[in-house]
Amino acid sequence: MSDPSLTSTTALELARRMRAGEVSAREVVDAHLDRIAATDGVVADGPVWHGRDAAELGPDDVHAYLAVTADAAREHADDIDRRRAAGEELGPYAGVPLALKDVLTMRGAPTTCGSRMLEGWVPPYDATVTTSLRVADVVVLGKTNMDEFAMGSSTENSAYGDTRNPWDLDRVPGGSSGGSAAAVAGLLAPWAIGTDTGGSIRQPAALTGLVGAKPTYGTVSRRGLVAFASSLDQAGPFARTVEDAAALQSLIQHHDERDSTSIRDTVPDLMGGLVGDVAGMRIGVVRELQGEGYEPGVEAVFAASLERLASLGAEIVEVSLPHAPSGLPAYYLIAPSEASSNLARFDGVRYGLRVDAPTAEEMNAATRAAGFGPEVKRRIMIGTHALSSGYYDAYYLQASKVRTLIAQDFRTAFGEVDALVSPTSPTVAFGLGSKADDPLAMYLNDVATVPASLAGNPALSVPAGLAEAPDAPGSQLPVGLQIMAPLKRDDVMYRVAHAFEQATGFDWRPRGPRAVGHGADTTGEVAR
Amino acid sequence: MSADTLLPQGWELVVGLEVHVELQTNTKMWCGCSTEFGDEPNTNVCEVCTGQPGSLPVVNAQAIEDAILLGLALNGGVAEVCRFHRKNYFYPDLAKNYQISQYDVPLIHDGHLDVDVVVSDDAGEESIDRRRVRIERLHMEEDTGKSLHVGDTGRLHGADRSLIDYNRCGIPLLEIVSRPDIHDPETAQAYLRELQAIVQALGVSDARMEEGSIRCDANVSVREVGDELGTRTEIKNLNSVRSLGRAIRYEAQRQVAVIEDGGTIRMETRHWDESAGRTETLRVKESVTDYRYFPDPDLVEITSPADRVEAARARLPELPAAARSRLAQAGVVREQAAAIVGAGTLGWYDDAVRAGGDPQLVANWLAGDLVGQLAAAEVTLEESGVTGAHLAELVGLVADGTLSTKLARQVLDGLIEERGAKTPAEVAKDRGLEQVSDEGELRTIVERVIAANADTVEDIRGGNAKAIGALVGQVMKETRGQADPRKTNELLRELIG
Ligand SMILES: [Zn+2]
Repeated sequence: MSDPSLTSTTALELARRMRAGEVSAREVVDAHLDRIAATDGVVADGPVWHGRDAAELGPDDVHAYLAVTADAAREHADDIDRRRAAGEELGPYAGVPLALKDVLTMRGAPTTCGSRMLEGWVPPYDATVTTSLRVADVVVLGKTNMDEFAMGSSTENSAYGDTRNPWDLDRVPGGSSGGSAAAVAGLLAPWAIGTDTGGSIRQPAALTGLVGAKPTYGTVSRRGLVAFASSLDQAGPFARTVEDAAALQSLIQHHDERDSTSIRDTVPDLMGGLVGDVAGMRIGVVRELQGEGYEPGVEAVFAASLERLASLGAEIVEVSLPHAPSGLPAYYLIAPSEASSNLARFDGVRYGLRVDAPTAEEMNAATRAAGFGPEVKRRIMIGTHALSSGYYDAYYLQASKVRTLIAQDFRTAFGEVDALVSPTSPTVAFGLGSKADDPLAMYLNDVATVPASLAGNPALSVPAGLAEAPDAPGSQLPVGLQIMAPLKRDDVMYRVAHAFEQATGFDWRPRGPRAVGHGADTTGEVAR
Repeated sequence: MSADTLLPQGWELVVGLEVHVELQTNTKMWCGCSTEFGDEPNTNVCEVCTGQPGSLPVVNAQAIEDAILLGLALNGGVAEVCRFHRKNYFYPDLAKNYQISQYDVPLIHDGHLDVDVVVSDDAGEESIDRRRVRIERLHMEEDTGKSLHVGDTGRLHGADRSLIDYNRCGIPLLEIVSRPDIHDPETAQAYLRELQAIVQALGVSDARMEEGSIRCDANVSVREVGDELGTRTEIKNLNSVRSLGRAIRYEAQRQVAVIEDGGTIRMETRHWDESAGRTETLRVKESVTDYRYFPDPDLVEITSPADRVEAARARLPELPAAARSRLAQAGVVREQAAAIVGAGTLGWYDDAVRAGGDPQLVANWLAGDLVGQLAAAEVTLEESGVTGAHLAELVGLVADGTLSTKLARQVLDGLIEERGAKTPAEVAKDRGLEQVSDEGELRTIVERVIAANADTVEDIRGGNAKAIGALVGQVMKETRGQADPRKTNELLRELIG
């Protein structure tokens, strides 16, 4: 039976305790594996554990992981302990476990992207992010659940079953990186990597009470990130504290010559600015990212957040991103257009699923019909249409122009202010299945997050408080504050977030009648 | 056949060519895989060129440099800024199911190529006609893999199964699109040949049609002189310069026959059947395929500022047309000059002339006997080890009478056998191939032959001068062909009196 404090602290605290010799990397990994075996609904058997099929999941299983690389994680931890004992100089976070979204490749484990199309596919190469983590001796525990090919805002589009929100197991954790969010909130990993295309890190972070950051586009290599929308996709951290998030982003942000869109400049130091001080900074409230469509509880927490920032000495001003309201439609043309081309390679010829048929063309069609879920098909259809001759100018090209205008809006705004803020999500976590049949309602989740995605600016979500869900009187669910910064000034958003976090004192541990347990009694004893 | 006799009076042929050149960079367009031709299938592949999920392309700078070089050689303008687009279509040998290509702004625009075509007038007098073919664009793209269809037909249709080799997938490919400025098969052939020669002179590709490193499709239409352009067909599977000429000739006459019969030409792709000598419908283009081009978000813009272009221009070597006229000025006959430049043996010519070889004599060997001798030995000139200096020495040995032409051929064979490890003089000496022109030695042999053929000698003295040939033959036999024929004749006449 392992020490429950190992699964309910911060990554930096775990790192400190390992460096001080208070606990071994192996003990830390085992504590997490124990908890995963007990609460995540995995078949804890063999070198790689697999998440149970949807039909076999219990009502309290979080289902954050699709695969848990148990043996590899234990071996890596043992190796770290051996090297530490031998006096070897290790990275500052050596031995800290991590959950990796299943859209990033890692040798030795399947990468499914939440799709039947890639069931059983084991990639022949490591993503650059994966390599960076390995070099830092961060121990990957496993691959987390996600909306199929990162298309969704609730993780309900996974072909392998829903992930549950650790704050309320009957609600969604957000998406598409819902598995990574649930792993960190649910005490199944101290931090995690997600990817954000239109809000897929920030929105689940908001809905699960975590810090989640989308770095400036080009900061983190996309090599090995299975593309949804190449011009928007960006990997980033989930963590329980701003400091942990900044530390994790620091590990994965560097130029990669194997990604043409990777930024060459040296990146700003993220940790140095975490001084808890925003006095004198000008912070802009985005006029267009509030009001109609935002839940009252979310608006109340946002208003309180502005007061808190003001009380810290920041100057709060209202600014306009006049084209932001066109961001959502532009996003839902550009992202599907790129996706329609990016996903063309899944044809049954070289890897993944193949449904046999008499001709190559029929085999392609049968494979794609069987392998893709309905949301993926919907977006491929939209994107194919938007790029078709005769429609290209009205859709893809027009959307690209809107994108340019939004980027210009951001540049203008950052001429006046140091950072921009808005609610991260218009709602708190919603009930499983409540929006599943209404794609448009689902797309509205991204209304506040897509502008920064389109412009490439860095943005993060930091917990701002709790609010009542409209459908559950008396409920208390997390609300996130989105902080956006100028291009390549990720340090600014971390600095503001850190000061805000220190002043807010948000307790990240899920609680409530349907929350996952995190006491010693629920960790349980597990036969290994 | 000249243009005048190709089509009935009043008809005009219009041809535009699309030429694809595989660049011989060390690595592929987007990844570090080798571009080697003929390796085991699927050995030169990685996650990028097989389109594995998550893989990303990175531009091969050498390919861009090579393309700019070729663009400048074809008198084109270099785009200051251009980018790559995705051309979306499904095909099993296209790993990503889109081809990275260029669309609205090609790397190179608006060039031209002047070609020389031999024309003969009514009197059969040949002359050279210089013709300009404008080039619309050169753009960069990537090659596809190769499908192999296993089954009775050898083609996709009716195959039992298909195998795919991705070794070729991602090799840098340049597409060179001409304007429809070509009006006879000879010009089309001259254009392709000249393009091939330029590509080889630049060293950017070996441009071998039989290996597919240069490929040509022809867009062919006919019209009555003065009319608008007719409907064109696209001819594929042209595997040699000869096929190109034959196919255009066939297709032009087919189209005129169809129209004169009251029919119309369909917009279609046609397959050239080399053995049957005709084109046949491959697929009908009912509508323009929608490739849904859009800018590839995985790649950034290519910028070619003036200094990059000028640096490339400074690296341009002598182009084939300039080389041919230089050789002609040195006295080399036109066909040989063209052959030497076309075969890529100009370096040997220049070395030989620099080493003192007479230009025309060097050219005679380089464009003549040497070609056949190398072919017989199944080696290339490069592999043979024969250098320009060797050639200069060889023509010198012939000129000073040390070797007859026949012996020189044997020396050259020896040189090839030795892979150039010895000089021609050494080979001649080692193999005893020098002519016997030493007075004393030859006189002894001649005296012996005269003594042994008294009847013939009498015959000659009796006025039959022709009979001396028989004695020369005897001397040659005694010397195993190495006697200097001129000296032998002189000695025979002197001794017979
Ligand atoms: Zn490759």
